[in-house]
Amino acid sequence: MTFLCALSVVVALIPLAFILFFVLHQGVPALNWAFFTEMPRPVGETGGGMANAIVGTGILIGLAALVAVPIGVTCGVYITEFKTSRLSPAVRFAADILNGVPSIVIGVFAYAIAVLPFRRFSALAGGVALGVMMIPIIVRTTEELLALVPSSLREGALALGATRARAVATVILPAALPGIVTGVLVALARVAGETAPLLFTAFNNRFFSTSLDQPIGSLTVQIFTYAISPYEDWHRQAWAGATVLIAAVLLFSLLARAVTRRLERMHHG
Amino acid sequence: MDDETSVMEQPGIRIQTAVRNEPVAEAERQAITIRTANFFYGEKQVLFDIGMDIGENRVTALIGPSGCGKSTLLRCLNRMNDLIEGANLKGEVKVKGRDIYGPGVDVIEVRRRIGMVFQKSNPFPKSIYDNVVYGLRIAGQRDRRQLDEACEASLQRAALWDEVKDRLEESALSLSGGQQQRLCIARAIAVEPEILLMDEPSSALDPLAAVKIEELIYSLKDRYTIVIVTHNLQQAARVSDKTAFFWLGRLVEYGLTPQMFTNPKEKLTEDYITGRFG
Repeated sequence: MTFLCALSVVVALIPLAFILFFVLHQGVPALNWAFFTEMPRPVGETGGGMANAIVGTGILIGLAALVAVPIGVTCGVYITEFKTSRLSPAVRFAADILNGVPSIVIGVFAYAIAVLPFRRFSALAGGVALGVMMIPIIVRTTEELLALVPSSLREGALALGATRARAVATVILPAALPGIVTGVLVALARVAGETAPLLFTAFNNRFFSTSLDQPIGSLTVQIFTYAISPYEDWHRQAWAGATVLIAAVLLFSLLARAVTRRLERMHHG
Repeated sequence: MDDETSVMEQPGIRIQTAVRNEPVAEAERQAITIRTANFFYGEKQVLFDIGMDIGENRVTALIGPSGCGKSTLLRCLNRMNDLIEGANLKGEVKVKGRDIYGPGVDVIEVRRRIGMVFQKSNPFPKSIYDNVVYGLRIAGQRDRRQLDEACEASLQRAALWDEVKDRLEESALSLSGGQQQRLCIARAIAVEPEILLMDEPSSALDPLAAVKIEELIYSLKDRYTIVIVTHNLQQAARVSDKTAFFWLGRLVEYGLTPQMFTNPKEKLTEDYITGRFG
């Protein structure tokens, strides 16, 4: 039994090891300072970087968080704190369904609501698409963590004359905050690696852009574009991009853990 | 109930000495009056026809075996049972003459006037200071100086000030179990309630910490009417002026504590306090 378990662990780790090995093997040599600071060069010129895409990904996940955190946390609160409502099982079910919707479909949805009406690809539309992907993750994380808050805290606040909403805002949410922050960071790390929802929302932009109503570049779409191109140099750039993306996701996970630990220490003395 | 009143008028009981010079009506002031209270969890009835008066600035102990309804009754007094789905009280509970279940009563206001301390200490994951002033803050008090003063006064009264005065900004969860419970008492009295409900406040504490809570209860009764649920009969005997014994959702006997413990009127009470069941 122990042997089987150990074997499964090894089998599960092999793909991860291969991915990391190949990406780093190909990507690290292609990485240099210029990759972070310079813009893509025209075809035929070697060198250049993906500064636009790096900034673009940052903006996109920032927008996604703005969309998803308020909605997701509020829904999570609704499900846990208003259990008697007939709507809350429905909300929970909806969150699970949404979690299972393929990302390309979410891209189409964002295209319909945030691109078509304005007749323009935009960073905003990309943010909406990624945000919609994040919502179910945040709803479920919030719900699970609120359920972990002892009901004695809720009673304590109510017994002091707090309204339900007040108790949630001042005692229950803060008690669950470290976990919720982690959940948000993990969700961000996940959507940072999404390509499909961006293809026809944020589209891509070879130029540096920070305006939210314009198409914007992103690491993932840039990697996709470069990887299917016939140019050797672009392939190198794509590998470098993949390395940066993986490093960024890893960094987010580490950050999540650090933040959690810090908040927990603050809370629990 | 008339029976109970006559018991209270008997001389020679310590609570009488303090009020002898005051008009008789003063001595009889009731903080809470409960009349024909029947309580249901859905279909299941857990309290039957409870009627009792709880004297002002007295400590009243509710005793009885587990499941006898004493905690339920306690939670009826500040409407904490409202939180439970299907909970329903029929009857009358008046606090200082006002029916707290009457139409148009603000539950928030009721809970502010009637503080509660729970069996398991439940400090919020905030600093000691923020815990104590929580009730004041949600009531809209913003003035830092007033909050500071209330914080110190409440902690003093809860006999915790000397232990925490240099670490008010530290997390309340860094305190020991007994300190946490005294903090919860300080938090409850910071909003200046008229009545303090305590649901087995020392049952989760070690004996020394429990003694501190008892001393505290004793010192608080000058200012507050205290209703305490306890499983610990010695504790009831030590801290309370009157004791009510519950059995299967009914109030079996209610009287002055010394009398209840030395000369109970009901056989059931005697069996319980002599440890024949429970």
